[in-house]
Amino acid sequence: MIAETGLIALWIAAAFAALQACLGLAVLKAGGEDLMRAVRPVAIAQAVMTATAFGALLLVFYRTDLSVKLVVDDSATTLPTLYRITGAWGNHEGSMLMWVTILALAGAAVALFERRLPERTLAATIAAQGVIALGFFAFLLFSSNPFARVYDVPAEGNGFNPLLQDPGLAFHPPTLYVGYVGLSVAFSFAVGALLTRDVGPAFARAMRPWVLGAWMFLTLGITAGSYWAYYELGWGGWWFWDPTENASLMPWLAATALLHSVTVLATRDGLRAWTVMLAVVAFSMSMVGTFLVRSGVLTSVHAFALDPRRGAFILVLLALYIGGALALFGARIATVSEGNRFEPVSREGALVVNNLLLSVILAIVLIGTLYPLFTEAMGTKVSVGPPYFNATAGPIALILVAVMAAGPVMRWRRDQIVAVGKRIAIPAVLVIVALAVALWWAPGLHILPLLGLALAAGTAAASVAPLWKRNLRRTPLFTWGMVVAHFGVAVSLAGMASESAFTQETLVAARPGEMVRVGPYAVRFAAIEPVAGENYTAVQATLVATRGTATPITLRPAQRTFDNPPQQTSESAIATRPDGQLYTVVGEPVPGGRWQLRLWWKPFVTLIWLGGTLIAIGGALSLIGRSLPRRRKAEEQSGFARFR
Amino acid sequence: MKAKNQRLVLALIALVALVGAALLAMSALKDRASYFYSPSDALRDHVALGQAVRLGGVVEKGSLRRETDGVTIDFRVTDGIATVAARYTGIVPDLFREGSGVVAEGRFTAPGQFVADTILAKHDENYKPPELAGNGMHQSASLKK
Repeated sequence: MIAETGLIALWIAAAFAALQACLGLAVLKAGGEDLMRAVRPVAIAQAVMTATAFGALLLVFYRTDLSVKLVVDDSATTLPTLYRITGAWGNHEGSMLMWVTILALAGAAVALFERRLPERTLAATIAAQGVIALGFFAFLLFSSNPFARVYDVPAEGNGFNPLLQDPGLAFHPPTLYVGYVGLSVAFSFAVGALLTRDVGPAFARAMRPWVLGAWMFLTLGITAGSYWAYYELGWGGWWFWDPTENASLMPWLAATALLHSVTVLATRDGLRAWTVMLAVVAFSMSMVGTFLVRSGVLTSVHAFALDPRRGAFILVLLALYIGGALALFGARIATVSEGNRFEPVSREGALVVNNLLLSVILAIVLIGTLYPLFTEAMGTKVSVGPPYFNATAGPIALILVAVMAAGPVMRWRRDQIVAVGKRIAIPAVLVIVALAVALWWAPGLHILPLLGLALAAGTAAASVAPLWKRNLRRTPLFTWGMVVAHFGVAVSLAGMASESAFTQETLVAARPGEMVRVGPYAVRFAAIEPVAGENYTAVQATLVATRGTATPITLRPAQRTFDNPPQQTSESAIATRPDGQLYTVVGEPVPGGRWQLRLWWKPFVTLIWLGGTLIAIGGALSLIGRSLPRRRKAEEQSGFARFR
Repeated sequence: MKAKNQRLVLALIALVALVGAALLAMSALKDRASYFYSPSDALRDHVALGQAVRLGGVVEKGSLRRETDGVTIDFRVTDGIATVAARYTGIVPDLFREGSGVVAEGRFTAPGQFVADTILAKHDENYKPPELAGNGMHQSASLKK
């Protein structure tokens, strides 16, 4: 019954979404208080029905109802409770349902709380939300029904992918989805503003919290995903430029550009067309990402259970939404009047450069991700990996960081090069000093890590420059947000550069009792023994690592064996110290009573994710700062408070 | 500068930047996209020695041999028609075994002789790979030389 309830709720929700779209368009066409009053409850009803459907899915998964096909495919009664629940979104249908649930909840929130937009724009926005939701409901109902039954109820399910049986991964997809959906709201705002030709600062201020929120969640999601890949896959890397990683990076790049251009629009009424365009592009990128990951078109080692119908469905949705939005953009943009002018050397100028560089990186990542598809269509198989992305996106990202350091100390509208130069003199000197120190201390450094380390030092200093000589207690929260986020970029960059420059690795086959050295550590291979887990058995090594006179650390890397589905995973063991991480993996047994051991010493690698977290915290501070009652109106209007 | 002109200039700069990005990407792709070969392709097309490529196929049954250092393995990659001898130093991914699908990144040191830097094992065909977070590949990076 529960599954049927879910399915019925889904149909009703789809009907409400259709009604929402029609009502919104009717308000746009004819206006009318009564109609507008009807729009809000409809949006809320749609959210309630969608949430009901998702709740039903969670319930059938929690109960491991093996008469539901999805549960049979992706769960088992032997799973720990946490993964019996998270299994609900650890698959295609369930994750799509979660997507549309978050979308509906966001739409209801817009309908309930949005007071800044003019009524007609709000109506158009809500209509656009309804249309987007409708596409996804159609997708679920016609090609990916999560509630489909099986008639031969099996005794046991096929289990849940052991790699996904990790708390980090259980909560990582929802985080990313909140980000994607936030971008869909920004997209709806842009469509609404285009429909009513109302692209201006008020629209930008209404859209900004959504962009900030989406961006914050995307940042968190990418950071968490990177750390998960790092510790769970046992390969010691933190970014692989895999298509699925790129699928979340591309919307993030677009959202970052949008976040900065929406600030120009909100505070200086500039970059109108560009901001609307970016809102369309950002959501398109989350759709493209969904398409790439879900359709199985990519020749990836992921090699999905291929389902061309789903791919075609998403492709059609993609064409409708993006094509429709672009057509609307083309038809209406000429009537959007021009914004304010600015000199090339100004805060706006720096933000334009920021936007261009982000767009360039986005283009490079997009081309690199799609290229294998095109060549395969031509009959050649190609794989594009780290060598391409590092060589192209790496240098541009470094230039971007340099611009990021200079931007916040520039004045709006017009500034003098000499004056800006004076303001960034200290960070610039720091870069040169750091460069010299790095060259002296580690002469063999590669160019990218070298520049990364030097720039990180300069950027860290430059990012706090906007606080210089200010009353820190009266500095608005959104200025703090910017400072923290920019500082986070410096921290992250330092971690990436340090990891790629100074990592040390030891790979051996050792007998219990032997000593192995890696970096500053002497590691004793103390023992290896079998252990049993809740739904797996494992072989666990005990390693005792000593470094100078410090207390020895005990690490227990393991190889787990699951039998439903039959699969092995390696569980790395990581010791975190202030100056880096000791990362250990145990491999297979080797004749002669030996076991493969792989040890890494990664100096300051944790800074990568610490920086990512700081960036997200910066976003949160800005979001809170923007939503608080406006006490300092003058500063609110000038965006970040002016540089003094 | 009039507002209209400024908008035009900005649009042009944006266009130039994006075209530049595309050109940069295409030229980098020419150099750095590693081509994907099956053993038959590799033997027929005479892959340049030392060039970064990916080799895909199945680990031939009975071909897996371990060196005495305990961390280097030799095996043959086959596509049912041709085979290539491969060598790898490192911990192999969890799903790597004889008869399983494999993608090896590395280079040919002699015709038919492949040295892998990285091994990617294909997921069991009966089970879906993780689709959500990405990174679903089972990977093992090699020793940095």
